[in-house]
Amino acid sequence: MALCLKTSRISIHCLKSKMGLLSMIKQDSCLSSLTHPQKPPFPTRNAQNFRDPDANFRMSATLFSARRLKSVKAEKQFCSLDNVDHNQVLDLPGGKVVLTPEMRFISESPEERAQCYRVLDNDGQLIMCSNFKKVGEEIAVKMYTDMVTLQTMDAVFYEAQRQGRISFYATTIGEEAINIASAAALTTDDLVFPQYREPGVLLWRGFTLQEFANQCFGNKADYGKGRQMPIHYGSNKLNYFTVSATIATQLPHAVGAAYSLKMDRRNACVITYFGDGGSSEGDFHAALNFAAVMEVPAIFFCRNNGWAISTPTSDQFRSDGVVVRGRGYGVRSIRVDGNDALAIYSAVHAAREMAISEHRPILIEAITYRVGHHSTSDDSTKYRPVDEIEWWRSARDPVARFRKWIESNGWWCSEAESELRNNVREQLLHAIQVAEKIEKPPLAELFMDVYDVPPSNLCEQEKLLGETVRRNPQYYPPDVSL
Amino acid sequence: MATTSLRTIGRSVCRVSRRGFSTSCDDKLVQPSSKSTNLYSAINQALHIALETDPRAYVFGEDVGFGGVFRCTTGLADRFGKSRVFNTPLCEQGIIGFGIGLAAMGNRAVAEIQFADYIYPAFDQIVNEAAKFRYRSGNQFNCGGLTIRAPYGAVGHGGHYHSQSPEAFFCHVPGIKVVIPRSPQQAKGLLLSCIRDPNPVVFFEPKWLYRLAVEEVPEYDYMLPLSEAEVIREGSDITLVGWGAQLSVMEQACLDAEKEGISCELIDLKTLIPWDKETIESSVRKTGRLLISHEAPVTGGFGAEISASIVERCFLRLEAPVARVCGLDTPFPLVFEPFYMPTKNKILDAIKSTINY
Ligand SMILES: Cc1ncc(C[n+]2csc(CCOP(=O)(O)OP(=O)(O)O)c2C)c(N)n1
Ligand SMILES: [Mg+2]
Repeated sequence: MALCLKTSRISIHCLKSKMGLLSMIKQDSCLSSLTHPQKPPFPTRNAQNFRDPDANFRMSATLFSARRLKSVKAEKQFCSLDNVDHNQVLDLPGGKVVLTPEMRFISESPEERAQCYRVLDNDGQLIMCSNFKKVGEEIAVKMYTDMVTLQTMDAVFYEAQRQGRISFYATTIGEEAINIASAAALTTDDLVFPQYREPGVLLWRGFTLQEFANQCFGNKADYGKGRQMPIHYGSNKLNYFTVSATIATQLPHAVGAAYSLKMDRRNACVITYFGDGGSSEGDFHAALNFAAVMEVPAIFFCRNNGWAISTPTSDQFRSDGVVVRGRGYGVRSIRVDGNDALAIYSAVHAAREMAISEHRPILIEAITYRVGHHSTSDDSTKYRPVDEIEWWRSARDPVARFRKWIESNGWWCSEAESELRNNVREQLLHAIQVAEKIEKPPLAELFMDVYDVPPSNLCEQEKLLGETVRRNPQYYPPDVSL
Repeated sequence: MATTSLRTIGRSVCRVSRRGFSTSCDDKLVQPSSKSTNLYSAINQALHIALETDPRAYVFGEDVGFGGVFRCTTGLADRFGKSRVFNTPLCEQGIIGFGIGLAAMGNRAVAEIQFADYIYPAFDQIVNEAAKFRYRSGNQFNCGGLTIRAPYGAVGHGGHYHSQSPEAFFCHVPGIKVVIPRSPQQAKGLLLSCIRDPNPVVFFEPKWLYRLAVEEVPEYDYMLPLSEAEVIREGSDITLVGWGAQLSVMEQACLDAEKEGISCELIDLKTLIPWDKETIESSVRKTGRLLISHEAPVTGGFGAEISASIVERCFLRLEAPVARVCGLDTPFPLVFEPFYMPTKNKILDAIKSTINY
């Protein structure tokens, strides 16, 4: 499949937007049979075979995407019915509707699946005629550097968890481009309401490796004061609202915050991230609907990585992914290749422009794959084939793809690569050592921040607990000071 | 039956208020600028003042734009514009989630839930999000500007879904405050305090009293302290604790008990969490007896918490078990409402049996 895209550049790219989905699929399969080397090493599924996470978006992901980036410019919500005979029109509080004698149910699925916007092919080459936002050397190299840093951080912290030094961890492997490229397309004035698999956004904004480590170790320097599990980062300075473990609750917050930005006439928007699983929560519905009605500058970024812990998207929804929900709420939307940093960068950049200048929410669905286990508490080989994971890890690696592109521009080389990786690894090992040695927050922090000032019941409980601990210190962790 | 009791309570409230039911308002509050005002108008005044005094204040919820189903938001959209006072889609989790995000940006977000019975779809947003927003971020972020208003309680004909008193659910949640006013004067001053308090607050309004309770309410901007209970009637034989609409019922029981020579002290708790234990404790130290009354089902109600705390503090001083006169452990009924309710006669019986224990 990967190769077929490359081939498509040569043989079919000029047909692109004229060609319908079905002809594309035919093209795809005939090409894949000719060029099998990069074909997935596991059985591809048909509609019944829904254990294959790729099935939900195979058709669209193989489409090249030199399609227009922007949706039809501020298309009027509904076209005017001024010229229609008024006997054929129903006048409703919500506007006019054309009447028809034909009994016709709207199909549960559109004739074509939503296509997937892509700029870089699997070999990191620009797809001809692709419409994208140019990225200069400096930004591109920082993007790449941060993607590598994120990969390395995942490797080192994951290992630290395995060694029992931190209690929990979840990696972002496979979603580095989503993390970094979306962050790169925004400014630090834009607010982030994250889920938990977007630490790269913080990294891009300047959160240091030491700050990451401090949070994971829950030490005194953790801004969250050791109150939450590892990876629940937050930074007021970087406009990154603290992660909540509860899936999708941040989505309506994003709408309220975006409303505030709009009222303050700020040149900024809100971005909120969530997964394919999160899109089934009531808060997702609430937020999209509110965002459309309140006309707020918010970007809803769905990382459709095929899995919600062990639940494949085929057990999650029957719609064509998440992108199509946008229309149901009156929200403009786009599907992008989540392993293509340039496509993500361009889509988020355009979404930001529209969100702010037109006061409208935008829904982005990035198609990708969760290459890591859900978290350190999960073994995903129990519910998905190892070779599927490996295929995504190697053939579809978004970092390698982006590297090829910057290398072909002459902006990167293998010496820079090994120096970067070694350097980052060193820094991370050092950060962990430092974080481990920093003492835990003092016990008083247990009682702070429940309210702006502790009420009398908390003062009383603090006093009692202090006495208990002083009487029986052997039962309590020695690294927490009274 | 329902109409009769409604009228009775209405009358009692009016009279009680004239007798200085809201003693904390002091004489200084009842000034020439005061007007005879019902509860929904008092709330409406508070919202006007909140929007007037803070350009970053917003009022929103289902049907709020036209004035709300209980008229509490009447005139606000006309006065302050549709961008500060607006309807939302019919989605409680959306309303509270939106309010949290708005508040997190340094605004005062006053969200209306149309009936307390419909607050449950927003339970997660209140419990897991609003209540923990400050704590989980290490005080980097807070949504303290959020105030959630919801009409609660019996109304004579509300049945299961227009009568509930869900306060106890929220009293189990560190990080939010729960406040319930008993009268128009109280409602205005407490609501303004809640809106301006730097913590998220759930403010339950006794809907039975929206029109029935009328008293002098100062027209100016004033606030009443949170987490301070108030002795609204002094007595020496038994302490009665309640909140919201239940106080007028309790007041009637106190009057009847007085005729039988029992001197009752009546306390309005006002803020349920964090609550003012000290005021209750010192009263019980004086009287040696405690009765708590609320409309919500007795099991797991907030009365249980008060009872346990006071037994902890006043065990040796107590001369009888703590009495609870509350709603039954059934869904809130329709036809049987007069049987379900913690009415005056039940309270009077409990007062007497506690005294005679
Ligand atoms: C409300 C809620 N229900 C269940 C969970 C447990 N849980 C944690 S992550 C997760 C799956 C989320 O999947 P998705 O949204 O696709 O994000 P991904 O992990 O793939 O990035 C579940 C069920 C939770 N955190 N919150
Ligand atoms: Mg997922």
